[in-house]
Amino acid sequence: MEILSYLINGLGLGSVYAIIALGYTMVYGIAKMLNFAHGDIIMVGAYLSFFAMTRFQLPVIVSVALAVLGCTILGVVVERLAYKPLRQATSLSVLITAIGVSYFLQNSAQLLWSSSTKVYPTIISNGAIKIGSLSISYLSILTILVCILVMTCLTLFVNKTKTGQAMRACAEDKGAAQLMGINVNHIISITFAIGSGLAAIAAVLLCAAYPSVSPTLGSMPGIKAFTAAVFGGIGSIPGAFLGGILLGVIETLTKAYISTQLSDAIVFAVLIIVLLIKPAGLLGKKVSEKV
Amino acid sequence: MKEKLAQMFQSKNRSRTLSFGLVIIAYIVLEVLLLTGNLSSLFTSLLVPVCCYIVAAIGLNLNVGISGELNLGQGGFMSVGAFVAVCVSGVLSYSIPSPIIRLIASILCGAIAAGVIGALIGIPVLKLQGDYLAIVTLAFGQIIKSIINNLYIGYDKNGFQMSFVENKLALAEGGKALLSGPMGATGTDRIATFTFGVILVLLSLLIVYNLMYSRNGRAIMAARDNRIAAESVGINVANTKMLAFVTSAMLAGAAGALYALNYATLAPSKFDFNLSILILVYVVLGGLGNMTGTIIATTVLVLLPELLRSLQDYRMLIYAIILIVIMLVTNNEFLKEKFSKLRLGKKGAMK
Repeated sequence: MEILSYLINGLGLGSVYAIIALGYTMVYGIAKMLNFAHGDIIMVGAYLSFFAMTRFQLPVIVSVALAVLGCTILGVVVERLAYKPLRQATSLSVLITAIGVSYFLQNSAQLLWSSSTKVYPTIISNGAIKIGSLSISYLSILTILVCILVMTCLTLFVNKTKTGQAMRACAEDKGAAQLMGINVNHIISITFAIGSGLAAIAAVLLCAAYPSVSPTLGSMPGIKAFTAAVFGGIGSIPGAFLGGILLGVIETLTKAYISTQLSDAIVFAVLIIVLLIKPAGLLGKKVSEKV
Repeated sequence: MKEKLAQMFQSKNRSRTLSFGLVIIAYIVLEVLLLTGNLSSLFTSLLVPVCCYIVAAIGLNLNVGISGELNLGQGGFMSVGAFVAVCVSGVLSYSIPSPIIRLIASILCGAIAAGVIGALIGIPVLKLQGDYLAIVTLAFGQIIKSIINNLYIGYDKNGFQMSFVENKLALAEGGKALLSGPMGATGTDRIATFTFGVILVLLSLLIVYNLMYSRNGRAIMAARDNRIAAESVGINVANTKMLAFVTSAMLAGAAGALYALNYATLAPSKFDFNLSILILVYVVLGGLGNMTGTIIATTVLVLLPELLRSLQDYRMLIYAIILIVIMLVTNNEFLKEKFSKLRLGKKGAMK
């Protein structure tokens, strides 16, 4: 029974990684860039929801909505100001700019809200459902449900709507998409908006599990979720979901059964092994190059 | 002699001469300032670290600029070099009293250890095409950080003792703990000197330039520019990339070793993902494949936060903004055009 409860905890953590990884994978799929500032968008989301709940005493749902709105706007603004002028530049220049944006957000947060850690309010009671000897916390259930909801909505959006179709077209061939009358810049903006909005949701779930808010909050989950996206096959939405869940489960199980201190090392070692066996990631498509 | 001198300033060799000249002149100026006591203590303390960052950045530029493979784990290789060097130096301190020989031996061991690990990573990864090296080196940096965070090594008259995760060292009298988990290396002899740092920079320039202008170097660049064309003329792409990657890792190892021997204590968390990224920033801003640019960019960017110190809390914010603005300006089509016209104009005037 013990392993089952660890498994469910792992699913909860994995769901958060999956939601963050969706942001990485969508941006990579469409704009072909590694958005290293994504982790810091999570941090901003955490602060926004924190202040909405503590300083303005708003209800949880409203605070989450505000955080999502704030992050969406931030994501679009960052894209417009920092990444859009670099559409034709080399991928390394874009990477460095993203790192600059990441530093910028972290240091702004430090100036605006000080570097001291703040305690995040509880948004869901600490109770748990008990089935026999197995206990499942409400938080895990909520996180997993939110992840499934997000995943379903996103899949429907990408597969059934016209904008979603345009997104897939851009991911496949930007030039051809433009010739078909798709406004590529507009699609990229929408991608950033969705990714950043999801980051805010992930932020709230993350802070509910680990209730402390600091300016560097987003870096480690960011790196882990990026790993998850690569793990599942970067550019693929189901891949990010699968990668995130697996990463969360592996991390929780190693923490429980092998070693807490070495869990990071083991998680990243698994990533390396997977990439060596299946270079395109678990669900990634192998693209052969035309000569 | 005259011919030699003329050769040095030929267009092919100009960049090489320029970077060697720059380092030597900078060294002489700084030494004079040091001897006359005109250098503030802050700058004096930065001299060796700047040399270390330059060596690591030159190595990374070989990997990213010349070989075209992104590496996000240069900090990890520095870490390997650093902690191997600390152990070697600690052990040798019993038998070899001369600090110079100990320094050279430790740095060599650090470089070789980093090179071996680089080779182990490179063998499977460099056969793949795409950004895999970037992700695997990122993962490697995290792995090495958490391993060293949990590693305890001690040395006494009975030999080495090692334990993992928990500190189980039971050292005999006169023994010393070389690595102690999250605390890292403590009680290291500070044997690194600025002169040796500059020698290391010159040495790494020598290695990289000789590689660049050799047959192997041309093969590396050919593989970068067009993998398929390079393969079709018989270049073994994986091997050439391996050469660049391992050399880069060894330089990072040497840099890390020098860095570690400059401080009495050093925590493993120093060599994290941020450090790898920082070095990548030096390389990209200095110009891919441009070693002189790397040296200048590294020096300026290491000193910049210190120079901005009077602005206190705002300095890292300003640093971030400078980074973004430089990227936006250097990639601006309009400005690029203006700049190239300006250059053409100059050339025309010279005729």
